[in-house]
Amino acid sequence: MLFNTNDILETTRMITENNLDVRTITMGISLRDCAHPDIKVTAQKIYNKICQKAEKLVKTGEDLEAELGVPIINKRISVTPVAMVGESCDSSDYVPLAQALDRAGKNVGVNFIGGFSALVDKGYTKGDHNLIAAIPEALAVTDIVCSSVSVGSTKCGINMDAVAQMGRVVKMAAERTADRDAIGCAKLVVFCNAVPDNPFMAGAFHGVTEPESVINVGVSGPGVVKHALEAVRDGDIGMVAETIKKTAFKITRVGQLVAQEAARRLNTQFGIIDLSLAPTPAIGDSVAHILEEIGLESCGCPGTTATLAMLNDAVKKGGLMASSYVGGLSGAFIPVSEDAGMIAAVERGCLTLEKLEAMTCVCSVGLDMIAVPGDTTAETIAAIIADEAAIGMINNKTTAVRLIPVPGKGVGDKVEFGGLLGYAPIIAVNNFKADKFIARGGRIPAPVRSLTN
Amino acid sequence: MRIVLTIVGKDKVGIIAAVSQTLAECNINIININQNIMQGFFNMVLIADMSNANVTIKEAQKKFAELGREIGVEIRLQSEEIFTAMHRI
Repeated sequence: MLFNTNDILETTRMITENNLDVRTITMGISLRDCAHPDIKVTAQKIYNKICQKAEKLVKTGEDLEAELGVPIINKRISVTPVAMVGESCDSSDYVPLAQALDRAGKNVGVNFIGGFSALVDKGYTKGDHNLIAAIPEALAVTDIVCSSVSVGSTKCGINMDAVAQMGRVVKMAAERTADRDAIGCAKLVVFCNAVPDNPFMAGAFHGVTEPESVINVGVSGPGVVKHALEAVRDGDIGMVAETIKKTAFKITRVGQLVAQEAARRLNTQFGIIDLSLAPTPAIGDSVAHILEEIGLESCGCPGTTATLAMLNDAVKKGGLMASSYVGGLSGAFIPVSEDAGMIAAVERGCLTLEKLEAMTCVCSVGLDMIAVPGDTTAETIAAIIADEAAIGMINNKTTAVRLIPVPGKGVGDKVEFGGLLGYAPIIAVNNFKADKFIARGGRIPAPVRSLTN
Repeated sequence: MRIVLTIVGKDKVGIIAAVSQTLAECNINIININQNIMQGFFNMVLIADMSNANVTIKEAQKKFAELGREIGVEIRLQSEEIFTAMHRI
């Protein structure tokens, strides 16, 4: 089959000029067979299984990258929520399990390993209690382990005891890593409606409905979408949506190719493609700049939510046709510190926490990588988590909170996380208190829309 | 496996000669060449078959990257699959 020269040059331009890449190949690995009463044995079994299953993951990713000529930025691992694996241990301190994940991940050469997680939508088991208690220490003594806790869902309502506890855990994680600008919090996500097949960090875990091992792929390409939109500056919004759809289709086809081929070479199952526009701090790789290209003076101004809703929907419509299995989070991400346009919008005073919350109603995933003043209380963080979880619960979508209360810093200061995590200006938080609401505890009942049967 | 070479750079004498010489050394068979000059810039898309090649795709990429530096053009060599995925349904 021969190609049109313009098609070929278009593809190479996407890669060389517009930062087209496959954001992550994430291998999901079940650790359900690693449980043991002795935590040392559990840790060893976890280490052995990951090293064996993911032995060729990084090499396969690098081979595909070379052959296809498209960068594959991250190779990662997600595992069964460790609360379930650790539950049978006699020990109540799960930090050694996090250290086993850290060692295994480093041994196979991945850059993050997710699944130091608990799902407590409706309440805690013994393992959930132990895991959540271990999070601040686990994130401080490991480098590449990511943690997530699901505190609610449309089907279960919201566990307000867990919401209150996670407010405290976020604060403790910040204090425990205060010497590194609270990096612990950058590796901790609080979810509502968590998905079992998300390939993106920090919220990836290998859900209980997943097979023994699986390959999930997250695509990217904000720069490609922005470039395509530059050609339709005179078109109406329908034409903008159509252009985004076509571009998303092409981007997703690359992800589908990589996922299928990686699964085949690793002798495992192809899970899903996650249709997300994932930005990086690099210039020309920003979701905010897409919104501005469509016609906003600055991301965060009136009109931002509508523009983002259209973008998010068009990406899905284009991507759906391009992949046989779509899943994960699938939507535009708006992590503040990882998006040059979002950072600039916060710095110029246009993008606030409240506007970001509104934006999360229409896109994936939530209040992501937002640095807040170090004196923000655990109760206020819990209340922000509750608000975000409520948006997810009522709208039947995933929402998440990844806030970083940076000790000793306030509005106007900056924090630098480095690499893909980027840097962030500290954003103001409304400090009127919800302490009494948070102190009530209990459970918000599942909403009417959960009764679908 | 079929591969696509894209060659972009300032036009000069002998680009195609050098590229096809290296392909021949690697025993890579040319299937199609499409080449033009746009505003003094050389643009070429070359499709070739590597099934009898005496090098791996990584070695070929290295060779052509070196050749590109030598003659002052940018040469990318990729599997055809990415273009098929993106432009054919």
